[in-house]
Amino acid sequence: MIRRFIMACGLVLGGTLAAHAEIEIQQVQSPGGFDAWLVEDHQIPFVALELRFKGGGSLDLDGKRGATNLMTGLLEEGAGELDAQGFAAAKEAIAADIGYRLTDDTLGISARFLTETQEEAVALIRASIVEPSFDEESVERVRQQVLSGLRSDATDPDEIVSRAFDKAVYGDHPYGSSYQGTIESVGALSRDDVVQAWKNAIAQDRVVVSAAGDITADELGKVMDRLLSDLPETGAPQPDRVEVQTTAGVTVVPFATPQSVAIFGHHGMKRNDPDFFAAYVLNTIFGEGGFESRLMNEVREKRGLTYGVYSALVPKDHAELVIGRVASANDRIAEAISVIREEWAKVASEGVTQEELDQAKTYLTGAYPLRFDGNAPIAKILAGMQMDDLDPDYIKTRNTNIEAVTLEDIRRVAAELMKPDELVFVVVGQPEGLDAATMGQ
Amino acid sequence: MRHLPLSLATMGLALALTPAMAVTARAEAPVTTFTLDNGMQVLVIEDHRAPVVEHMVWYKAGSADETPGVSGVAHFLEHLLFKGTKTLEPGEFSKVVAQNGGTDNAFTSLDQTVYHQRVAADRLELMMKMESDRMVNLQLDEADILTERDVIIEERNMRTENDPGALFREQAMAAQYLNHPYGTPVIGWRHEMEQLDLDAALSYYQQFYAPNDAVLIVAGDVEPDRVLALAKDYYEPLPANPELEVRDRPAEPRQTAERRLTFRDARVSTPYVMRTYLAPERDPGAQEKAAALTILAEVLGGGQTSVLNQKLQFGLKKAVYASAFYNGTSLDDTTFGLVVVPAPGVSLDEAEREMDAAIAQFITDGVDAAQLERIKFQVKASQIYAQDDVSQLARRYGDALTSGLTVEDVKAWPDVLQAVTGEDVIAAAKEVLDRNQAVTGYLMPAEEVTQ
Repeated sequence: MIRRFIMACGLVLGGTLAAHAEIEIQQVQSPGGFDAWLVEDHQIPFVALELRFKGGGSLDLDGKRGATNLMTGLLEEGAGELDAQGFAAAKEAIAADIGYRLTDDTLGISARFLTETQEEAVALIRASIVEPSFDEESVERVRQQVLSGLRSDATDPDEIVSRAFDKAVYGDHPYGSSYQGTIESVGALSRDDVVQAWKNAIAQDRVVVSAAGDITADELGKVMDRLLSDLPETGAPQPDRVEVQTTAGVTVVPFATPQSVAIFGHHGMKRNDPDFFAAYVLNTIFGEGGFESRLMNEVREKRGLTYGVYSALVPKDHAELVIGRVASANDRIAEAISVIREEWAKVASEGVTQEELDQAKTYLTGAYPLRFDGNAPIAKILAGMQMDDLDPDYIKTRNTNIEAVTLEDIRRVAAELMKPDELVFVVVGQPEGLDAATMGQ
Repeated sequence: MRHLPLSLATMGLALALTPAMAVTARAEAPVTTFTLDNGMQVLVIEDHRAPVVEHMVWYKAGSADETPGVSGVAHFLEHLLFKGTKTLEPGEFSKVVAQNGGTDNAFTSLDQTVYHQRVAADRLELMMKMESDRMVNLQLDEADILTERDVIIEERNMRTENDPGALFREQAMAAQYLNHPYGTPVIGWRHEMEQLDLDAALSYYQQFYAPNDAVLIVAGDVEPDRVLALAKDYYEPLPANPELEVRDRPAEPRQTAERRLTFRDARVSTPYVMRTYLAPERDPGAQEKAAALTILAEVLGGGQTSVLNQKLQFGLKKAVYASAFYNGTSLDDTTFGLVVVPAPGVSLDEAEREMDAAIAQFITDGVDAAQLERIKFQVKASQIYAQDDVSQLARRYGDALTSGLTVEDVKAWPDVLQAVTGEDVIAAAKEVLDRNQAVTGYLMPAEEVTQ
């Protein structure tokens, strides 16, 4: 049992690197013209490699919800001359880890492989993205796995609440539904749909690459050319932006379970907004700073209403939110929501104190160098920075930018960002004493 | 696609293969040990790549060391350790860590309770100062107790009451252990949690929180001499508890009947069958059988090429997912488990029959030599990957040292795994996979399944 609630949805500012980091980012261009960021470190004989394709689950075509997700699940289920078990056996034989992950905005591949088996590992990754088989038998088998997951999600309060909240704030935009699709949509997908999703999502015009560990810039260049040269140049166009507009209120999705789960939030701030640093510091104080945050202090420490409550800035590629989450017993959730509303309004009108600001700064700047203590985390951070369009120099200026945030900045940004009259709560459970609309599942 | 988005991950499936040691290709990750005069063990794991240090105190006391009737008190006390001492205000511990750019947390398991901080290497002394303080100077009042008791009840709501799979696994563990305290959940039984009071918490604290019941682990950018000097300053002056007893818990009686249970809940939409067998754990100087079981879990359920997935998912198409799990790092007898999620139209009965048939066939056929070779190569590789994550390495040592094992056992473990033969695996399977030593559980929807 872990004492502290682990945030399910925390946002790391930019993917960050230490101010006084002893790492050096090399910007690598391959002979074929592909770019990557690299941190070379030859102390441990393995490589961490990240590939990210912008677009992700939101690229699903109309009526084909879940196609990109099903396709992603199939990448490791047979490629080139290998069938699903052959691919798995080949991967096991060289002890390579190759993970495929889909989000609303990204299809990501995280790999690590031993230096001695780099050749074989790269060949497997290449086969999985360049020549996946998508054979009918695997399509059917993985479809059943996805459907099994979807059936579980349909009676899991955490999943019900996030789907209902997304629907409420994003409406018909792809963000408004799960990229896993529905039982109906996934059931209707054909092999052709999967192939189309692959062509749409995995292309040269949207890829970001990073690596850390036992590999040189020259070697990485060759690896990139092998992996990416045979991909199509372009994929599907990115989805449109969606402007989130909400009016304060509570919606309940009735579900028989002892503890209600709530997600709340409204429109947020873009990642490239000049005020993002101030918003980030503000959110650390308000809801993301662990035990020291106002939400944790008011809802958990003082009142014992929950095990965990947090807020987060969620700047996606095509919309941005500030959101939060709390779970409390059905007879206590109303009080938790009332406390959260009060805190939301209070921070919007009053900002924070100098003491809170000073503490948040020492925390954020001090924690900064602790983040990249291995090849695997460094490779992920470098990929995240590129996805956020940050410059490698961001490393050197990040802590200075945090330090520069003033009490007045926070007050101004809090007044703009935190909008009690737009704060929407979606609650799943059997909450008592809530004045709310209800919503079917 | 290897993983179903089921809540099975919480069952420790990922623990099937935990080779607990770092041997680098070039040199071993430096591990240094000391013992303080008061009996506290100290372990230093060096990794100088980043200016970070992980400071952990592991108590050799977990939920299975609780007195009957106050289940959950070990975990409750863990929460209360953040509520202040004679010199620290409630909440100040975490606040100071955060002000120093660090993060801190704690967790409770069956066999251990752990407090840890991750900070810049030059803040190590401050962590030792505060952690040693709360080992002996805890100060609690009734108000803290009541609010925090509400918090742990909400924690139980979140982890267990809201998740039928967790309720099912709690029942299965209770059925597995008739006499041994592993049958009681770490979080506690709800009716007992609701009655936990200051006396129960302090009684546990006074019994177990002492330097001779603790292991200090410092991992990261530190020199062993410096850790020893600081530990002598802060931990060595604390008095040992002379009344600390050997951890001798009630043993399981001989099982004389197969145990079966069906857990029904309206919130279940993916039924599955789970079988757990009572199984031996890693013992000091005798880890061979546990090593064979660790490999067996990989062979049976470790991935797409594993026996159960080959036969049930790919061959017969009776399952959408199958897995095996075993974690040998445990003070007392642990469990070896199997899970099968049937394909649509396949009943749990049928899935169970096919699972048993697959295992019987496997025992006749023996272990596929190529598969065994792949698994052993992965064990080797995991020792290299482990060097990239010194916190993880620290956890493996801490887990082992509070589960009755020694540093030497941890260092020997990869070699013990490498020495396992196909015959060893089959022998372990024959010994452990006995339905009359097992609990078989069905997790089902509330109504009859009409498939």
